Amino acid sequence: MAAAASMMPNFGQQISSKNDLVPDWTRQEVSTGTTIMAVEYDGGVVIGADSRTTTGAYIANRVTDKLTPIHDRIFCCRSVHPTLTLWADPVCRGAWPHLLCGGFRSGSAADTQAIADVVAYQLGFHSIELDEPPLVETAANLFRASCYRYREELMAGILVAGWDRRKGGQVYCVPIGGMLVRQPVSVGGSGSTYIYGFMDSNYKPGLSKDQCLELTAAALSLAMERDGSSGGVVRLASISEEGVERRVILGNQLPKFSTH
Amino acid sequence: MLGETGPEWLSEEVKTGTTIIAIEYNGGVVLGSDSRVSAGASVVNRVMNKLSPLHDKIYCALSGSAADAQTIAEIVNYQLDVHSIEIGEDPQVRSAATLVRNISYKYKEELSAHLIVAGWDRREGGQVFATLNGLLTRQPFAVGGSGSSYVYGFVDAEYRKGMSKEECQQFVANTLSLAMSRDGSSGGVAYIVTIDEQSTEEKVILGNDLPTFFDQ
Repeated sequence: MAAAASMMPNFGQQISSKNDLVPDWTRQEVSTGTTIMAVEYDGGVVIGADSRTTTGAYIANRVTDKLTPIHDRIFCCRSVHPTLTLWADPVCRGAWPHLLCGGFRSGSAADTQAIADVVAYQLGFHSIELDEPPLVETAANLFRASCYRYREELMAGILVAGWDRRKGGQVYCVPIGGMLVRQPVSVGGSGSTYIYGFMDSNYKPGLSKDQCLELTAAALSLAMERDGSSGGVVRLASISEEGVERRVILGNQLPKFSTH
Repeated sequence: MLGETGPEWLSEEVKTGTTIIAIEYNGGVVLGSDSRVSAGASVVNRVMNKLSPLHDKIYCALSGSAADAQTIAEIVNYQLDVHSIEIGEDPQVRSAATLVRNISYKYKEELSAHLIVAGWDRREGGQVFATLNGLLTRQPFAVGGSGSSYVYGFVDAEYRKGMSKEECQQFVANTLSLAMSRDGSSGGVAYIVTIDEQSTEEKVILGNDLPTFFDQ
């Protein structure tokens, strides 16, 4: 009787925590953990992210794509504070509708998705009005406007990267709180703390596109090795005047280091 | 007047914040640390040497709560002195590390300090031991403290087996410099200690002499 009741959750009722039939990770919040990175080079940008989404100790998705296109040559990388909710993921929403009613506050993955959708809409409209491709700085400012205005409610950290004809490749960082700053190279997410030292020592201005790709792949690989919430494959994209070139580096093809 | 608590740093616990690192090479070890001691947002000592001698050729690097770390080091220093008199020769690095580990493990709920023990002895040469939370493990190199998070990627990428003494010293200086520039709880000067069969050499690298990197 007890087992049957908890297998068919009612709106407003929670699964009994003593029930062993339901694994622990269904009660955990979904987190994308994450390591993301964006680097400028002369003529474009390179962006990269890991591919792990976790619910507690379970990896809900090991091939997530965290690089979100906002426009043809503008992408955003979303770095998620771990209080992400199941709300954000349509798959989870369908699987566990009963959990929606518990009054989960919107966590940051919901926030970043919502903001990205809004900005993509605004930018598309703006681009039609201008009759030319939008500037990366415009996209970054749109992110900042939303993040700053609703800073008390949101918890979203975003990297905006892309190419436009005026300033070439650009990376803008919009951290929690709604600041906007352009940086030649920026990292974000829970795994980013481990690679600040590597980035500081290995980045130099004037790198070529291939050097940037190698640097990003190496940095992400190091972060994924140390951060439990980051892992899977490395997704890279390079954005330039010619367009967007995406690639995936599988686990066994990642750069190796002597301590691994 | 009643109820006025005074400046925040009087009541904050004194932590060593810290970045510490120790690395072994063929014939010895190199230890390094920063020099900042913080109580909340205030830096209460900007020139503290966190590399503390346990014996002539065995040093430990302190991190975490300043009081806890110093006390452990003093107790183990005393215990090692007694032990070395009893055995009639210089103690092994593993013995020192075991003594540190015994205290860290027994009082793990009360203490919050992590000591890295490194030194040279005749039997095994240069050795580095990590004693975090009461474990004991020998490693080719170890990093610790709040600043270490920022340089895990760097040390993973840059470490190679079989580095010479000078390369190890440069590795330690680079690592400390990178961590100190990213971690608010690490800073000041860098202390570097090199231990081998012939000597124990202590060196200080002042702030402006530290290696510099691309700064955005």
